[in-house]
Amino acid sequence: MINEITLRLNGETRTLDVNPLKRLLDVLREDCGLSGIKEGCGEGECGACSVLIDGVFMNACLYPVGKAEGKEVITIEGLVGTENYEVLKESFEQAGAVQCGFCSPGMIMAAESLLRKNPHPTEHQIREAISGNLCRCTGYNMIVEAVQLASKRGEGLW
Amino acid sequence: MVITYRPKSLMEALEAIEFIDYTVFAGGTDLMVKRKQLAGLLPSFDKPVMFISDLAELKQVTIKDGFLYIGAACTFADIIENSLIPEIYKEVFMQIASPAIRNSATIGGNICNSSPAADSLPLLYALDAALVIENSCRRAELPISDFITGPGRNILNSSELVTAVKLPIQSFEKTCYKKVSSRRSNALSKISFVALANIENDVYKDIRIAFGSVAPTVIRSLDIEEDIITMSSQHALDINQIARDYATLIKPIDDQRSTAFYRKEVCNRLLADFLGNYAAASLQL
Repeated sequence: MINEITLRLNGETRTLDVNPLKRLLDVLREDCGLSGIKEGCGEGECGACSVLIDGVFMNACLYPVGKAEGKEVITIEGLVGTENYEVLKESFEQAGAVQCGFCSPGMIMAAESLLRKNPHPTEHQIREAISGNLCRCTGYNMIVEAVQLASKRGEGLW
Repeated sequence: MVITYRPKSLMEALEAIEFIDYTVFAGGTDLMVKRKQLAGLLPSFDKPVMFISDLAELKQVTIKDGFLYIGAACTFADIIENSLIPEIYKEVFMQIASPAIRNSATIGGNICNSSPAADSLPLLYALDAALVIENSCRRAELPISDFITGPGRNILNSSELVTAVKLPIQSFEKTCYKKVSSRRSNALSKISFVALANIENDVYKDIRIAFGSVAPTVIRSLDIEEDIITMSSQHALDINQIARDYATLIKPIDDQRSTAFYRKEVCNRLLADFLGNYAAASLQL
């Protein structure tokens, strides 16, 4: 039985005393103070709570923290400071891909996840990669441009 | 507090469910939505929860005696990335949900959730899939059509797990998978349609047609498929007749996603389109 949960969070080992059924989303926001991750729909449709778990792109709202035992969780805060993040951030800014900003952490996680697997994606592949992330401001074209720009500028990074 | 348990092996899991009634938790993409409460509250599980998505025995894809066995905890992404699985099967999985959901949702979960709208089911019915069902002392194989009994209902008892899906390895030269939904990603389907066929000299040698989301379970009729083959061998394929036969089985409902009328109409058109007569799309039934 699980009493406490130990995981790697943004490069640090953390032991948390929480209910294993608590959503990873809530654990990150409430217990770990990481507010970059957002709750949009709470049912896996909007992608605002996207994180990487053992390098795999996931919705933290559908993920009870008990399943994260022994795994590595990376949130948007864990990307900040990396060269990849700088390229993504500047590309998002320059392409006008950030308006209200609510979807941006999830979109950047989606972009990071895509570029790790495929550093030179086609437009179609980019649209597929962000298809589970909703944005109500940009109409998506600027986000697609931002990922294309990041892929070009970040040549060799991913 | 509801107990959670992470077994370290399949045997440990099977032994645990022999005595305790667990909610078996694989990918969680359906369960967490069903058990969701107001933001910030714990999901409402009423029974002990067992996490099985990391069990190595359930993550394997193997070929044995000419059949493909896909472990029940393989995610849709695992299936798409596996080189043993035929491309035409993968096409269905690639259209399900979104990347994050495909990274989490499992084939076993999709089957055991037994939703009439489950996206993998029409393909599994069309391929005559069988399920490997295990308890701590027995292992059995059962056709998927005998497993699912109604919307959200199946014959699995609390001491059993679906551990793998058994599929034939077959090629089909004419295939169609169509998911009709309001949004391409992440929407529940209004209708899903799978058709697989092999044709020789304009005659159907093998045809399998399955409809999802239009009845309490997936619709597939071996009798009508047999009729199509017979009619086609006599060069007398009567699409109107075939559509009328399917219409007796297709019993959709009006719900928040669509209407019965729309669903029936689209089923007819998909069928007529696949069988190769666009004119029949406006058939009167």
